[in-house]
Amino acid sequence: MRNILTIAAKDVRSLFVSPVAYVVLTGFLLLGGWFFFNLLYRFNYLFSLYSNLQGFETMQGLNLNEFVMSPLLHNLTIILIIMVPIITMRSFAEEKRIGTYELLMTSPVTVTELVLGKFLGCLFFLFLMILAAGIYPAILLFYGNPEIPALAMGYVGLFLIGAVFVSVGILTSSLTENQIVAAVICFVTLLLLYAMSWPAGSTSTFVGDLLKYLSVVEHFSVIVNGLVDTRDLVYFLSLIVLCLFLTQRTVESSRWR
Amino acid sequence: MIEVSHLTKYYGDFPAVQNISFSAQMGEVLGFLGPNGAGKSTTMRIITGFIPASQGTVTVDGFDVFKESHEVRRRIGYLPENPPLYSDMTVISYLKFVARIKGVPKTGVLPALDATLEKCSLESVANRLIRHLSKGYRQRVGLAQALIHDPPVLILDEPTLGLDPRQTLEIRNLINDLAEDRTVILSTHILPEVSQICNKLIIINEGKLVLEQDLKELTHGTTLEDVFIRSISEVTEEPLAS
Repeated sequence: MRNILTIAAKDVRSLFVSPVAYVVLTGFLLLGGWFFFNLLYRFNYLFSLYSNLQGFETMQGLNLNEFVMSPLLHNLTIILIIMVPIITMRSFAEEKRIGTYELLMTSPVTVTELVLGKFLGCLFFLFLMILAAGIYPAILLFYGNPEIPALAMGYVGLFLIGAVFVSVGILTSSLTENQIVAAVICFVTLLLLYAMSWPAGSTSTFVGDLLKYLSVVEHFSVIVNGLVDTRDLVYFLSLIVLCLFLTQRTVESSRWR
Repeated sequence: MIEVSHLTKYYGDFPAVQNISFSAQMGEVLGFLGPNGAGKSTTMRIITGFIPASQGTVTVDGFDVFKESHEVRRRIGYLPENPPLYSDMTVISYLKFVARIKGVPKTGVLPALDATLEKCSLESVANRLIRHLSKGYRQRVGLAQALIHDPPVLILDEPTLGLDPRQTLEIRNLINDLAEDRTVILSTHILPEVSQICNKLIIINEGKLVLEQDLKELTHGTTLEDVFIRSISEVTEEPLAS
């Protein structure tokens, strides 16, 4: 456990001494803020439109959770797909390039500890990103009254889907010593995982259901709507465990080549 | 302390190291010589457990490098050819990190840090970023990294590479001091270095051991250069003669 935390802390430090952490955080919040502003603006527009038209019944259906937070969280996952590979690409690739991999692999640290340390370091940074993105619901809570449990679940979902992205990033970083290659493979994998369910509507029910089950966004939608289903949690956790297991195998086997 | 027996390593079909056996005792400094690509670094990497051997065994302090890897790693300080440094860390934070992953207990980290900084004369640059250090200081930080957990075995891959004469001398003196109660294996291309700090000589060429000898027996009459050239040409010329 101590080794895991030592490695995680080292990685978080190295993110913050380089400009990477600040650039990623700024970009994430800037884009998030732009999306938030647009969604809120549209919400206000719809609201004033319906109140002019005296459409009170439709106005009942307008709520902040469904019209602002839920699309915002979906947009944030897209930004995470772009940002996470940039955070994770360094984890193994950089160590291999500068030769510190040899130090880590000849230290009394198990490969599992190393992989978990790397994962935990990136996960902590993801947590900071999502914490910073808490500013948007905080603004809503100040001026309006969204449903808090649904909001909280949405952020838990965002963290879970981010954790899946991080585990994929750690895996792709362990495959190569070139950071760009690691980031691109991660980015492609994440987009595929995201867009997996797109043909679901036009295929047979079995294939469609399978694609829907495999796609991260379907499970994310359930959580964002405020529903806690064990199936979704199992899906996220098993993807994370699978990626970390494959990383462990990759790192272990790399010394045999 | 270190027993290497019948060590063989293949990279694909290429034999990097073939059937090498030697041993090193406590207090010995083993000089590892050979032309570039002879298999010196490969042998060292196998002893440290970084890569596994294809055949043969290595034991350090009675522990098998492959089966009891963690026991061995605790006992080895290793300086690879390129010092494994994080350039965006300060010397202190880097050495603290290494101490922790090398398994120095929490209360022992600071004393170990102070002792190592003093041994390697790094006090004056302790708070500098490694990125801003000169080549000589970086090499010393690399050595400090290998020493921080006070290991009984030191494996140094070309520790004086790229240093100026004064720095080379300092590192040699340091290795001499360290060798008193340790086993040191060091590889080098500088022959005078061997006669100054080593008491045993091993020459490998094209993956094969061609000479293992005490330095005391060697220096009567013949120079190291002669011995080196003779032993590496014996092997390369053999296939031509037959």
